[in-house]
Amino acid sequence: MRNAFAREIEDLAALDERVVLLSGDIGNRIFNSFKERFPDRFYNCGIAEANMMSVAAGLAMCNLRPVAYTITPFITVRCLEQIRLDVCYHQAPVTIVGVGAGFSYASLGATHHSCEDIAYMRLLPNMSVLCPGDPFEVRGALRSILAQDGPAYLRIGKKGEPTIHASIPDIEIGRAIVMAEGETVCILSTGNLLPIAIEAGQNLSASGISTRVCSVHTVKPLDEALLEEVFGSFRIVVTLEEHLAIGGLGGSVAEWVSGRPWPAARLLRIGAPVDFIHEAGCQSYYRQRLGLDPAGVVEKIQRLLGELT
Amino acid sequence: MTFPSPSHPQEKPDLEKLSRQIRASIVEMSHRSKAPHLGSCLSSVDILVTAYFHALSIDPKRPDDPTRDRFILSKGHGAAALYSTLAHRGFFPIQQLETYCADGGSLPEHPAPHSTPGVEAATGSLGHGLSLGIGMALAGRIQNQKYRVFALLSDGECNEGTVWEAALFAAAQRLDSLVSIIDFNKWQATGRSQEVLSLDPLASKWETFGWNVHEVDGHDLKALSRLLGKVPDGSGQPIAIIAHTIKGKGVSFMEDDNNWHYRIPTAEEVAAAWEELGIT
Repeated sequence: MRNAFAREIEDLAALDERVVLLSGDIGNRIFNSFKERFPDRFYNCGIAEANMMSVAAGLAMCNLRPVAYTITPFITVRCLEQIRLDVCYHQAPVTIVGVGAGFSYASLGATHHSCEDIAYMRLLPNMSVLCPGDPFEVRGALRSILAQDGPAYLRIGKKGEPTIHASIPDIEIGRAIVMAEGETVCILSTGNLLPIAIEAGQNLSASGISTRVCSVHTVKPLDEALLEEVFGSFRIVVTLEEHLAIGGLGGSVAEWVSGRPWPAARLLRIGAPVDFIHEAGCQSYYRQRLGLDPAGVVEKIQRLLGELT
Repeated sequence: MTFPSPSHPQEKPDLEKLSRQIRASIVEMSHRSKAPHLGSCLSSVDILVTAYFHALSIDPKRPDDPTRDRFILSKGHGAAALYSTLAHRGFFPIQQLETYCADGGSLPEHPAPHSTPGVEAATGSLGHGLSLGIGMALAGRIQNQKYRVFALLSDGECNEGTVWEAALFAAAQRLDSLVSIIDFNKWQATGRSQEVLSLDPLASKWETFGWNVHEVDGHDLKALSRLLGKVPDGSGQPIAIIAHTIKGKGVSFMEDDNNWHYRIPTAEEVAAAWEELGIT
């Protein structure tokens, strides 16, 4: 995903001279070409994320379109007040890009895990929150963000995520993409678990449980039309995210559901527990351990279906 | 008691008289609204007056002109001083100062750019304004515009780590269109700034962080005019102005008395202050 981001931001900078890229002392090699082509529009802001975020806001308040990039926890909770006040209060069109969503950097330890960032970001007024599901969605999401005029958070994985789409999709902010059709279970996946959602959906459908899979690339604003439809017509609606099961997509949907008169579908929120993980391990190990792999997702859905029958 | 009538900035402004008028209005605003930070406001007045009536290239009729100089009151708790200065400069009617902190009004206790022409940024949480100013100055450089950016910080604000992140970055970028003015009144909310955190030697700190540093009497209007009137200063570095000020300046019974960080003046104290300031 980060290579897709690097390529797309360079393409967009060629089209829009307002685009300025700020980095928190990471990603130098992947931005080499950007720096060569646009030397006055790339700034390594050092290991000083709070300053970087306010600088981005200042740039945006003077008609530029800054994109601030570093590792997810450092560009969100590390500088949360700068985002809240300097970016969101001023409605400054800053694009905040967090690389390393969820457990992308699992092996680096809890300092680099990022399972609360969607929650922090979606609470903020004026902020849009986008969590693309594959490298093509990263590119489409970045295009859509830079085509609008408000603050946005783009949560991307690391590298090597599989491509799901055949090409760059048109990402309409707040409008999910149906990846596979089904009738009984609807999996709403956000971010880098999309391949897991699709595999789980295929496995469920193969076992006779017709499953729709949606890529909910935008957590805020929610696709309320989709929610209206799926809660009215499916037995189970599942939210799936490499993020806490509270506060993120699952939390958003639960809040939405709470305002509805007895929705037909049951909501199943699948995500990480509210806990720090202390042991070493890679991303796939963490997913397996926490039931965020296809087998774990299928098992949770089957168990709930069993309870409902 | 009504607010003092303004001078006319289109003529050569009498900075000294303006400073007294603005000080008087701030004391009155604090009294009416029961809003604190009076001492902090009074220490900034001469800097604000020099900036807005001498140094800044601004047009109150075009507060959003993209080529304007920017002034960020990073020490947002000095909002009353900024509001009064903006009103006297013609950004909005002086009478509007009567709505300071009023329910439904446009002048909250810390600056709010949405509702007040001339206010560049929402400040009040300290340690944000200089970084915002860097972004604005950098935007000017990128877009080949010649405007300058001034940020006014308090000495207590220099407790914030972000100030020093900003200082390092601005120096690395050699942002010579950027000025950081420190209202160095030697106090913060609960004590001497040197005692709370070891701030001295403040000028040397900015110098070693890569800034071209000037120290000045922050109430010497001529000296301030010379410094603020020459930006960039030819050094090729960002400029730090350490303005030695007196908290509560202009009202003898408030000067260097940190009780006036929070105290609200009575009607009698307002009258006494106005008399000292020569305002009737």
